[in-house]
Amino acid sequence: MVIAKVIGTIVSTIKHPAYHGYKLQVVQPLHLTGQPPDETFLALDNADAGVGDTVLVMREGSGARQVTQIKDAPIISMIVGILDSIEITES
Amino acid sequence: MLLGKIVGTAVATIKTPELTGVKLLVVQPLDENQKPVGTLKVAADTTQAGVGDIVFMVRAREAALSLPDEKFVPVDLAAIGIVDTINIDQSIKGFELSPGYSKFN
Repeated sequence: MVIAKVIGTIVSTIKHPAYHGYKLQVVQPLHLTGQPPDETFLALDNADAGVGDTVLVMREGSGARQVTQIKDAPIISMIVGILDSIEITES
Repeated sequence: MLLGKIVGTAVATIKTPELTGVKLLVVQPLDENQKPVGTLKVAADTTQAGVGDIVFMVRAREAALSLPDEKFVPVDLAAIGIVDTINIDQSIKGFELSPGYSKFN
């Protein structure tokens, strides 16, 4: 899973039915100081996250299908948690 | 999932039989500020999107799942939604993590 920050939202009317009822968020993965940042991507929100929240993003399709309980959901990235804190002891 | 702008369509006569009936879109992947990222890609269309539309797309195995009938189509990118608006909060900062304890609001 990826540690990321929600930086925005996407509004879409015409979309795959599996996406109905979920927010689509733009997330920016966090990186260690001195390392290059990763690209932003879109993630479906299953944790009621808001813009500015640090979140846990799962990037795997079958996990997303398990969460939505839709067998053929074409979803890869899903926000599965809002992080309270992180402790990094070594880098 | 990622954003892209449709810049054209692609037509192929000789192709894998499973691709018959699949509309192929030429897309330019975009970042959150609608700036181009990387090279042009071809995506299968599932939402009747047209040239000029900004869409969001899904990669890998899940692209084939988005097509209506056949679930074993050889595609690895599909446009699955047309974007109405993108709202980005440019004021958000702090994408760096440092060793130690970090607490988030």
